[in-house]
Amino acid sequence: MTLYIFYFLSFLAVLSAFMVVYSKNPVHSVLYLIITFFSIAGHYILLNAQFLAAVHVIVYAGAIMVLFLYVIMMLNLNKDTEAQKSNYLKLAATVAGGIFMIVFIGSLKGVEKIENLSAANQSAGLIKNLGQVLYKDYMLPFEMASILFLSAMVGAVMLGKNELK
Amino acid sequence: MLTNRSKVVVNKQMSFMERIYLPAVVGGLMTTIKHLFRKKTTIDYPKEKREISENYRGQHILKVDENGAERCTACGLCAVSCPAEAISMTAAERKKGEELKYREEKYAAVYEINMLRCIFCGLCEEACPKEAIFLTDRLVPVSGERDAMIYGKDKLTEKHYNEVDISKRQTPAVLAFKQNKQYQHNQLKQTR
Amino acid sequence: MVSGYIIYKSIMVVVVFLIGLGIAAYSTYAERKVAAFLQDRLGPNKAGPYGLLQPIADGVKMFMKEEIIPDVSNKFLFILGPCIAMLTACMTGVVIPWSTPITINGVSYPLQITDINIGILYVFGVVSIGVYGIMIGGWASNNKFSLLGALRASAQMISYEIAMGLSIIALVMMTGTISLQEIAAQQSGWHWNIIYQPLGFLIFITCAFAECNRTPFDLPECETELVGGYHTEYSSMKLGFYLFAEYVNMFISSAIISTLYFGGYNMPLIGRFVTDPNMLSILGVVFLFAKIFFFIFFFMWIRWTIPRFRYDQLMHLGWRIFIPLSILNILLTGAGILFFNR
Repeated sequence: MTLYIFYFLSFLAVLSAFMVVYSKNPVHSVLYLIITFFSIAGHYILLNAQFLAAVHVIVYAGAIMVLFLYVIMMLNLNKDTEAQKSNYLKLAATVAGGIFMIVFIGSLKGVEKIENLSAANQSAGLIKNLGQVLYKDYMLPFEMASILFLSAMVGAVMLGKNELK
Repeated sequence: MLTNRSKVVVNKQMSFMERIYLPAVVGGLMTTIKHLFRKKTTIDYPKEKREISENYRGQHILKVDENGAERCTACGLCAVSCPAEAISMTAAERKKGEELKYREEKYAAVYEINMLRCIFCGLCEEACPKEAIFLTDRLVPVSGERDAMIYGKDKLTEKHYNEVDISKRQTPAVLAFKQNKQYQHNQLKQTR
Repeated sequence: MVSGYIIYKSIMVVVVFLIGLGIAAYSTYAERKVAAFLQDRLGPNKAGPYGLLQPIADGVKMFMKEEIIPDVSNKFLFILGPCIAMLTACMTGVVIPWSTPITINGVSYPLQITDINIGILYVFGVVSIGVYGIMIGGWASNNKFSLLGALRASAQMISYEIAMGLSIIALVMMTGTISLQEIAAQQSGWHWNIIYQPLGFLIFITCAFAECNRTPFDLPECETELVGGYHTEYSSMKLGFYLFAEYVNMFISSAIISTLYFGGYNMPLIGRFVTDPNMLSILGVVFLFAKIFFFIFFFMWIRWTIPRFRYDQLMHLGWRIFIPLSILNILLTGAGILFFNR
C-alpha cells in the first residue's frame, strides 16, 4: 500500500515538475509547482514526518507560492509577451543544467547509507523530536539561519526603497 | 451664531482607551443587541395588515342599486370636481331591454379612473348626486405597467349580490348632509 | 476490528460533513434572520414555518440558475476555483474534537475523526490552501475586476494568517501541545484558555474574521460596492459554492475558537451533576455546539455593528498592530511561564 502511494506521489511530483518547465503560461507553471510541493508533502507524511509536511504546505505551498502567483498575476505574463531567448542564453542554460546534474548525481551517490538511518528512527520527524534536535543540538545554526533571513528581509526592504540618501 | 448647535472642530488626539477601539466596539455591540429584542417596525403584510383610519380613502367603487343596475348616469360632476383630472367618461343612451342593467336613461359607456393621477381626495364621492361612486378601504394594487393602472368599468363596478361595504363612508349624517340643499356647503356649490 | 474501525471512521466523516453542511446552510438563514432582527425587521418568513425552508429554497434557486462560463477563461481552472474553496472549507473539520470518547461494550469510540499530532498546524495548512480557491477563481475569470478582487482577498488572507499563527504560538507555548484533543482536555473546569490568553484570543478572533472574509474585513467581497470581488464572473452553483464555503468556514472557525479558547466540550461544574462518562460525553457535544452557535451568532452580530475597514486601514491593522501585538503576547506568555513555572 505504502509502496504504491510512494510510486504515485513520485510520479506526480516528477510529472508536475516537468510540466512546470514545459508549460508556456507562467501561471500554469506556478500551479504545477504547487502540485509538486503537495506531492513532496505527501512524501514527508509517508516518512512519518507530519510536522515537516504541515510546515512544508504552510510555508511553501501556502505562503511562498501564493506570493509567486500574486506577482505573476500582477505582471500579466502570457504566451505573447514571453521574451525570445537568444542562442547564447540557451547554451549557457544547458551548461549550467549539466553542471547541476553532475552535482546532483554526486550527492546522490551516498544515498544507500542514509536509508538505514531513517529506518532506525521512525519518529524523527515528529514535532517533539524535531524540536529537541533543533533547539538543543543545532541551536546555533538554527538561530544563525533566522538571522540570515532577517538580513535578507532588511536587504529587500532597502532595495525596495526609492530614495537612498 | 444663529443657533446654539455649532461645534468648534478640535483636532484632539485620541486617548489610549479610545485608540484601542475595544470599548467603542463593545458599546456598538450593546446598541445592536438592544435592537434584537425591540418591537419590530415591519409587519408580515399579506397576513396581517396595518390598522387604517375609519374614513380611509382607497380604491374607488361604482355602486349598483338593489336590483343590480348601475347608478351612474354619466353626469360628469365627478370628473369636473376631480382636482387631479383623473376621471374620464363617455355617456351613452340606454336601449330598450337594458332597464335591469342601468338605472336611468343615460349611463356611462366608458368610465375610467387613472390611479396614477388620482390623489384619493374623495371629492368625486362628494360631488356625486346619484350615490354612485365611493372610495373604499381597499388598497390599489401595484402594477408593472402604466396602462394597467387606468381602471375601467370592469375593475370599478361592483358585482351584484357581492356588494362592497361602504357604510363607513355613507353614514346617515353624510347622507342627510348631501340630501339637504339648505346647508351652506351645497348652496355655495350651486351659486358658483 | 480493522474493518469496524474503518466503518466507524467513515460514519464519523459523513456525519461531521453533513452536520457542517447543515449548519452552514442554516447559517445563511440565521444570517438573514439575525440581520433582520438587528434592524427591527422580520426577516424571511414565507418558506415554511418561520421561513425555516428558506435555505432549501435558496439552494434550489442556485441550482436552477443559468450557468455562465466566460468564453475566454480557462474552463478547468474556472471550475477548480470554487471546488478548492469548498474542499478546504470542509477538510478542516477533521481534527476538531467534538467530545470525549464514548465507551460502548468496552470499546471506546472517540468523537473526533482523527487526532493527528499536528492538529493546529493541519488547520493552518488547509486554510493556507484555501487562498488558492480565491486566487485561481479570480484569475481564471479573465476579468480585471475579478483579478483585482482576488489579489485583494489573497493579500488580506496572507497578512492575517501571520498574526493568527503568532497568536497561536503563545497558546501552544502555554499548553505544550498542538493536538486539539489535548488542548481541549486541558481546559476542564475553569481552566479555559481565554483566562490566560485574553490578548491572544482577541488577535485570533479578529484574524478569524479576516480569514472568513466577514465584516469588518469583507473587502474581498463587498457585495455591493466593489463589483463582488473575485466571484464577479461566477454564476449558479459555482457562486453558491463560494458563498457556501464562507459559511462552512465560519462554522469551522467558531468550532476552533471554542476548542482553543473556550474549553471545547468542557463546562465548569457539570461533573458534580453528571457522573456517567457516556452521558458527560454527549453533554460535551451539546456544550460545544452551544459555544459554536454563540460564535456564529457573534460573527453575525459583529457584521451588523461594525462598518467595513478601508483597505489601508486593514493592512495597517494587520501588519503594524496585530503582528507586534502578537509578538508581545508571545513574550508576555514566555515571561508568565517562567514566572509561574506552569
